[in-house]
Amino acid sequence: MNFGLLGFGIEGWGDEMLRGAVMTLLVSMAAYGLGILLGILGTFLKLSRFFICRLLADIYTTIVRGIPELLIIYLVFFGGGIMLARINALVFGGSGFINLPVFVTGMTCIGFSSGAYSAEVIRGAVLAVPKGQIEAAKAIGMTPFTIFKRVLGPQTARLALPGMGNVWQLTLKHTSLISVIGLVEIMRQSAVASGSTREPFTFYAIGGLLYLGITSISNRGFSRAEKWAAKGVRSE
Amino acid sequence: MKKLLISVIAALFVISIAFTASAGQYDKITIATEGAFAPWNFTDSSGQLDGFEIELAKDLCKRMGVEYKMVPQAWDGIIPSLQAGKYDAIMAAMSITEKRKNAVLFSRYYAATPSIFIVLKNNGFDDLKTDVDAITLDQVSPEEEAAMSVLSDTFGGKTIGVQAATIQERFLQQYLGKSVEIKSYDTQENLELDLQSGRIDAALGAMSYWVPRLNDEKGKDFNMVGPGMTKGPFGEGVGVAVRQSDTELAAMFSKAINEAIADGTLSKLAIKWFTFDASAKE
Amino acid sequence: MKFDVMKESFPQLIGGVPETLLLVIFSLCIGFILAVIFAQLRLSKNRFWSWFAGSYIYIFRSTPLLVQIYLIYYGSGQFRIFLQELGLWTFFREAWFCAIMALSLNTGAYTAEIIRGGIQSVSWGEIEAGKAIGMKPLTLFRRIIFPVAIRQALPGYGNEIILIVKSSSLASTITILEITGIAKKIIAATYAPIEVFIIAGSLYLVMNFIVTRIIEFTEHKLNPQFYR
Repeated sequence: MNFGLLGFGIEGWGDEMLRGAVMTLLVSMAAYGLGILLGILGTFLKLSRFFICRLLADIYTTIVRGIPELLIIYLVFFGGGIMLARINALVFGGSGFINLPVFVTGMTCIGFSSGAYSAEVIRGAVLAVPKGQIEAAKAIGMTPFTIFKRVLGPQTARLALPGMGNVWQLTLKHTSLISVIGLVEIMRQSAVASGSTREPFTFYAIGGLLYLGITSISNRGFSRAEKWAAKGVRSE
Repeated sequence: MKKLLISVIAALFVISIAFTASAGQYDKITIATEGAFAPWNFTDSSGQLDGFEIELAKDLCKRMGVEYKMVPQAWDGIIPSLQAGKYDAIMAAMSITEKRKNAVLFSRYYAATPSIFIVLKNNGFDDLKTDVDAITLDQVSPEEEAAMSVLSDTFGGKTIGVQAATIQERFLQQYLGKSVEIKSYDTQENLELDLQSGRIDAALGAMSYWVPRLNDEKGKDFNMVGPGMTKGPFGEGVGVAVRQSDTELAAMFSKAINEAIADGTLSKLAIKWFTFDASAKE
Repeated sequence: MKFDVMKESFPQLIGGVPETLLLVIFSLCIGFILAVIFAQLRLSKNRFWSWFAGSYIYIFRSTPLLVQIYLIYYGSGQFRIFLQELGLWTFFREAWFCAIMALSLNTGAYTAEIIRGGIQSVSWGEIEAGKAIGMKPLTLFRRIIFPVAIRQALPGYGNEIILIVKSSSLASTITILEITGIAKKIIAATYAPIEVFIIAGSLYLVMNFIVTRIIEFTEHKLNPQFYR
């Protein structure tokens, strides 16, 4: 092993690996954010009165739970542009091609899968809020929005926090798959560096350590947040 | 809830319109390359694209008077993504073959390079000899026929690595598919890692890639063996690929390549990057 | 839609199913043995072994499987001479071996946590009762801890099986031609990504549907008191 390879600057790969880590973080956060949005939407659909909404949500979670993320990434990556172009021609009558950057493609795929797991977590949290509280809120005349803001929202957020921590870990790990379509994050950078230096073990090990570091730090963040959110909760 | 839904949908519409590229005009194009096939195209340690095709693209686009952007793209998705509209052209050491012509439109060729077997030194293949140095697969002479059978005898029962979806993979499937085990790799980097580690007995690749590689520190353990092979499944040289609807763009590229051949730029670039002149003549 | 491509690629993709299944079954079996061992170590009173098992579980759960696969497959090439001297290179030379090793170690770490949760769910009273009537540790494990723990752990383990079926697709990144690998190959030849992936995706869905059913069936069998 040659530790000079890990230096910063032109000769070393240290700064490139760190840049890869920043890209991993960015795409993970973007995908996680999208996942939360989809998760909330999915929860509404799953708890909806209408059969068709529940069916839609079920199809969504079944696909994500049953089909490999790698396959979904390939599908959206290779087929996404074609599909969007068709929609564009159909809806807007345009003939232009639609250009999605790799970042957006990757974020969408991972966010899509993250959303299904988020939906399960958020739904569980919503159902865990005692029904009596909502009835009580209705009884004193709160509007649905106020109920959400004062009763359902804060408690759901607290109850969902541990599960959402797991979803974050999952999302972070799944972003490594975006490397196969060329986004230069930790994995892709490790591949480029190990091809160029002929030291694959060194660079994949560093890649692994970077993931380990991000996970450990975010673990700590989530357990702090959980403690903070549980401040007002009486423990038996 | 309804408001939320409407605003989400509205946002999606705005995003999709924002990503809609303007069609028809070629004043601003995006060119894809692999970024992992030195010296044709590669990514240096600062993350910048560099290589023969990177410099050639700059020169051609200047001649065409268009603004351009180069993006790296994994090889095995490079044609579907062109069709999907991720970019407008490919310059990634892509050989012009009949099969690819069904999917994309090529400019005239700008470089041509034979394919050759690469082995690890001292691994039992160093004294592989054939009577000819070159084989043209569209017209096979008896001597070339003999050389081919030497190759298939030598590599029979061995594992040969090749990059996925390349002309070399196609050749192996057609000519040696029954006698050798073919292993296909996503990238040249991974192929070399496995050649170095001995997981594969030989690799089949482009001479333009391997000649500079063998002179380099990274290629010191490798050797080229057997004749250089061209034509037939190996195609008619390397060209710029565009979507089949973009006939005008292909013509623009062809014209610019002709100009670059005429004033010697192309041959100068080829010698700079390949150490031998692999550029198109006439 | 190019239906002729779909029709042509269907038998080819079906041809990848045995490869996927073998990867999954081998990894699950080896991973389960690893998991039982590491769950015991994790719960052991010896601090070193508990720490050792804990680190293994933490590292494999906190890094992407893709890193683990590449580290074992391409990474081992860096130590070829050393591995040859140990006589291990014949194994590491095979992509198959590396894929199964990575998948087994990965599922081993996740499953160890699932088993640990199961074992911890066994109440002290049951164990004490077993001890009181003079059961040996092995009998205690076989008759009391294991049956209770497995019921507790089964739903979680079912999810893990599905995850491994999905994860086996990553073997395609190290030249193994299972369903996803074949799908990629067909795309390179036909340039029809959507059609090919619809079929490949359905194959995974069907496999996971069967897995879900088997798990549900086993849950019924193990908990007859809850179902009539």
